[in-house]
Amino acid sequence: MKLSKSWIVASKDLKIFRKKKGVVYGVVVFPLFVAIGLPLVLRFAGARSGGIPAELLLRLLDAFSFFFIIPAATLPTVIASYSLVGEKVERSLEPLLATPITDGELLIGKIIAAFLPPIAAIFASATLFMVLIDQVTRNTLGYLYFPNWTIGVVLLLTAPLSAILSVLLNVIISSRINDVRSAQQLGTLVVLPFAGIYVSAEVGILTLDANNLLIISTVLLAIDLFLFYISRLTFRREEILTKWK
Amino acid sequence: MIEIENLTRKFGDQVAVDGVSLRVEDGEVFGFLGPNGAGKTTTVRILCCLIGKTSGSARVGGYEVGKDADSMEIRKLVGLLPENVGLYNELSAFENLDFYARLYGVNEQDRRERIERFLRMLGLWEKRDVPTGVFSKGMKQKLAIARALVHNPQVLFLDEPTANLDPESSKTVREFILELKKEKRTIFLNTHNLDEAQRICDKIGILKTKLLTIGTPQQLEASLWGRKTVVQLDEVNDSIIKAVTRLGPKKIVVEDSRLVIDVVDPSKENPIIIEAIVSAGGRIQFVTERTPSLEDVYLKTVGDNR
Repeated sequence: MKLSKSWIVASKDLKIFRKKKGVVYGVVVFPLFVAIGLPLVLRFAGARSGGIPAELLLRLLDAFSFFFIIPAATLPTVIASYSLVGEKVERSLEPLLATPITDGELLIGKIIAAFLPPIAAIFASATLFMVLIDQVTRNTLGYLYFPNWTIGVVLLLTAPLSAILSVLLNVIISSRINDVRSAQQLGTLVVLPFAGIYVSAEVGILTLDANNLLIISTVLLAIDLFLFYISRLTFRREEILTKWK
Repeated sequence: MIEIENLTRKFGDQVAVDGVSLRVEDGEVFGFLGPNGAGKTTTVRILCCLIGKTSGSARVGGYEVGKDADSMEIRKLVGLLPENVGLYNELSAFENLDFYARLYGVNEQDRRERIERFLRMLGLWEKRDVPTGVFSKGMKQKLAIARALVHNPQVLFLDEPTANLDPESSKTVREFILELKKEKRTIFLNTHNLDEAQRICDKIGILKTKLLTIGTPQQLEASLWGRKTVVQLDEVNDSIIKAVTRLGPKKIVVEDSRLVIDVVDPSKENPIIIEAIVSAGGRIQFVTERTPSLEDVYLKTVGDNR
């Protein structure tokens, strides 16, 4: 397998996404909203109540860190659906499959293209988020809360693995769906388990600390490996040309 | 260059291609004719290693179709213009070709040279930076042909290259294919356009799941009926018919004031026929030969196999 060929496919897809304003806004707006919106909420809530107690603030900050997993799970759907269903709709898969690229190289190219922009947007917005939160909470906590292990695990493990899960799920969905919007809508269902985890944390069933996030990441890794295996079975020339609807 | 032996492809119980055998030589333009659903596209997809075969064998450029190790070599060797052009509408003409050239591993200098050459040949150079989404159907088709050529393939598979094009664009595409023919590339052309096949192809096969017939356009035309001499007269009467009949067991059909006579060797028989008609008092306006068109051959062959 030549990753250089995967990169050619990925860079072509990235070039196309840059020209689709809807995709660019879709990828940038939500992480930016989290990065700026949550610190603003803390600032105004603190100002109105005369300061948020440190204990509550710590719980909130861990929960806020988890917010970056939501766009990691949903945003790749926006891109992956364009990348796969879009090619299907524009009927560009046949000439592409006639080139000397292996099915695996093509699949990896598609995964890279759908993975990189959301992760880049999440990393950039998370950096902004950490700077703003530190500004807002420094006086209350007496130290800089970020960076810490929790957000480190979120950004380096949980978010990327969630993004990969989302892309792989979209590969499987794309084999049965002929319309970009339907693929996106189905793909966003991946957010439900993460919402469940967040709610569990809010009602005190589990805490979103670094250890628990490591366990969640391990489960995600196992699911990703399984989905990659299924995707490889789905993403074969013959299947794509004769069975993809 | 392309050898197919007893090639069969089934989709479930449905047979798409049934025991097809044919051979296309180096530098030959082969036309594959057949109605919709005849298996033309399936055959091309098999030969381009896009889908597998159920049975039989095929070789392209000496490589075995269906053998994993050879599939990649075949893909490097062939260029494909699929039925649907499948361009990236957001990318420019240049970017579309550049992407494919990179996938084929063409180095940067060759990429630039070839893209410029083909875009100029097809009259698209001035539009090289325009997104292909705004291109007309004809422009897209031409660009897709350039895409199939960007890695300088020895074998070209063109699936309906002039379908849905206006006459002017069709002419440009046909002339371009003729240019490629001069370059001695092997071309496998799927088409519904019989006139196009007759003008471009060295050899033609008519497919309807099975290969019904194959030969040069001239061979196919001659195969439908023998040679016929048409004699246009002022009027046809019994004495003229008797005079021709006396020449031997020829089939004679009277069409208004015209005699249509089956001949084997027109250069020898026509002067004798003319002499007999003139002797019988016939006044000849002109004499011509009637040959069946490829359309006649196609309709007869496909019709007989309904």
